[in-house]
Amino acid sequence: MATRASAPSAPVTISTRVDKVGLRPKVTRAIRAFVVVILTVLILLPVVWMVMTSLKSPSDVVAVPPKIIFEPSIESFIFLVTERVQFPTRQEADEFRARDDLKWYEKKVAERGQKITRVGDFPKQLRNSFIIAGTSTIFSVLFGVLSAYAFSRFKIPGEGDLLFFILSTRMLPPVAVTIPIFLMYRELGLDNTYFGLILLYTTFNLSFSVWLLKGFIDEIPKEYEEAALVDGYTRLQAFRKVVLPQAVTGIAATTVFCFIFAWNEYAFAAMLTSDATRTAPPSIPSIQGVGRIEWETIAAASLVFLLPVVIVTFALRKHLLRGVTFGAIRKG
Amino acid sequence: MATIELINVEKKFGPSYAVKPMNMTIHSGEFVVLLGPSGCGKTTTLRMISGLEAVTDGQILFDGKDVTWLHPSDRDIAFVFQFFALYSHMTARENIAFPLQAQGEPRDSIRKRVEEVAKMLRIEHLMNARPGGLSGGDQQRVALARALVRRPAAFLMDEPLGALDAEFRESMRAEIKRLHIEQNATTVYVTHDQIEAMAMGDRVVVMSAAVVQQNGTPAEVYHDPANLFVAKFIGSPGMNLIQGHYADGRVALPGDNRYDVPADWHTTIHEAIGRDGDIILGFRPEAAHISASGPIATTVYTTDLHGSYTMLHLEIDRDTIVDVRAGRGTNYPIGTPARFDLDPAMVRFFDPKTEMAIRKGGNP
Ligand SMILES: Nc1ncnc2c1ncn2[C@@H]1O[C@H](COP(=O)(O)OP(=O)(O)OP(=O)(O)O)[C@@H](O)[C@H]1O
Ligand SMILES: [Mg+2]
Repeated sequence: MATRASAPSAPVTISTRVDKVGLRPKVTRAIRAFVVVILTVLILLPVVWMVMTSLKSPSDVVAVPPKIIFEPSIESFIFLVTERVQFPTRQEADEFRARDDLKWYEKKVAERGQKITRVGDFPKQLRNSFIIAGTSTIFSVLFGVLSAYAFSRFKIPGEGDLLFFILSTRMLPPVAVTIPIFLMYRELGLDNTYFGLILLYTTFNLSFSVWLLKGFIDEIPKEYEEAALVDGYTRLQAFRKVVLPQAVTGIAATTVFCFIFAWNEYAFAAMLTSDATRTAPPSIPSIQGVGRIEWETIAAASLVFLLPVVIVTFALRKHLLRGVTFGAIRKG
Repeated sequence: MATIELINVEKKFGPSYAVKPMNMTIHSGEFVVLLGPSGCGKTTTLRMISGLEAVTDGQILFDGKDVTWLHPSDRDIAFVFQFFALYSHMTARENIAFPLQAQGEPRDSIRKRVEEVAKMLRIEHLMNARPGGLSGGDQQRVALARALVRRPAAFLMDEPLGALDAEFRESMRAEIKRLHIEQNATTVYVTHDQIEAMAMGDRVVVMSAAVVQQNGTPAEVYHDPANLFVAKFIGSPGMNLIQGHYADGRVALPGDNRYDVPADWHTTIHEAIGRDGDIILGFRPEAAHISASGPIATTVYTTDLHGSYTMLHLEIDRDTIVDVRAGRGTNYPIGTPARFDLDPAMVRFFDPKTEMAIRKGGNP
């Protein structure tokens, strides 16, 4: 830096630093903190309520006024993974309870006058969700990275039009095409198959993942691969060893967004799946209680359903923060 | 080490030329600098040599072998980029080893070679650092090490010092030069800094507007510029160029000045522009000396003091100011008259119509 000698000027007495502008910085900081706390509480309240409900016993769930302090119970989770029947008479229930070859969870259920008949549907539905959301996420990101790389690096005739076309698949709400897709899938025999939903979710996510990843790959200077090319690597090797590691942030962000969409999708799952392939989202609201609406079971299902997204997001959080502010990634 | 030949090599982007058909030979072990203003096609030329950019037409030969359509990885060259192009997910050591791994060399010999190169560039202590944590100069040293490690047939460097601070640039310039002498590697070096070009090049190729303007040693380019562009572009300040009219061994200059052309130039000038015609007189600031009996009368416009000399800016007339170098001893107050004479061995002439130099023995 060159320093320039200049005539002495009046000392600067008013700070022009942006963070110091404002009359009472402490007061504004306190207000800001207050707003953040209120927002956090508002956002977290339903989640906390859900967790509390899932840990309440059937009688506490419906207690009026709602109990804030209660004795926690994991009955709801047993209910969630089991299929039960009510004993027709009090006497039969008591006799069953008296048996000493009962497992701990059978005892818990027996206290409610119920008997476990088999494993419930929820675990299977959760597994279906994993298979469908996981596979479609892998495909969305894989194809997304490849085509984003091609769009970013090669001269493609009609590149702009193609990119616009890819984006245009996002321009109408998916629900608007439910009926045609339903009919098409029925004709093609794709309804009620894993492949059908994986294909559908991949299609929906691909436009998003191509655009997002293209932004990230554009940010990687092409000299990186070129250096690898002159150093004796093929383009595919250069892609794998240089581009992919540089793009992890973008890939992580895209993975999370694609997974969240596929995991949460409700409308098509409700319409295109039944027993064998039904995923978790359409099944949670239709959980059948035994003799009543089991709110604690529904809350437990929602909680379990929420966990994978939380875990995936948490695992990739380091990349996500940079990912969602992309465009501001430093080079080099 | 390879000899590189470009035969009518050209590059078009759409309808416009980035490099017009170009012929050039870079001899084995030579350090050739491509010099020119921004956008003149230097990088494009280098990228065509490397194979990163396909030629539109023409041929590239390495040691007589046609490599025009060979993949970059098959050309056995190393490329040093302006922004280093170090991989931020690898340590310095891994970066340097990267080119060797492509060839599937055994681990031990890779490690040995990497250590060797690190020592040569004095970066042993940085080997476990990631590029992000290194200074610009150190990053460029690592990039140079990565280029050196494979002992390629030729080095291609695209403004390798452009992103560095002035102080680093000086010392890195010396390091690159020393490395070149030690390795005796064919090197093509791109820069738009003419001081760098003159200091480093065995040969300087001056480019402008997609065309090679001159290809010669630094001394040739400096003392015998091929045309007005090179005369102005090389040197700081560039060559003084004064519009004049030649007739019978004399040049009439602005401000009623007359300059008697040295006798050994007469025939050459007659051949080029005839006995009577417009001409441009050119001379370097150090070719002029202040002298009370000098033929050219001027007024002192301003003076700049430099370390060992004074640069005088002398006004011949309102539109013509020339730069003349003088000793530090004398004071030249602004507005006082000054006359100067020219060293007859150092005057040059240009044809204003073709903008080409008028040269004894014709243009090569
Ligand atoms: N990929 C490209 N597509 C279109 N035009 C290009 C491309 N690369 C370079 N050009 C054009 O070709 C001309 C020469 O570019 P080049 O990069 O070779 O110049 P340069 O001499 O290296 O300049 P600088 O000193 O700025 O690096 C420029 O006008 C540039 O705009
Ligand atoms: Mg360039």
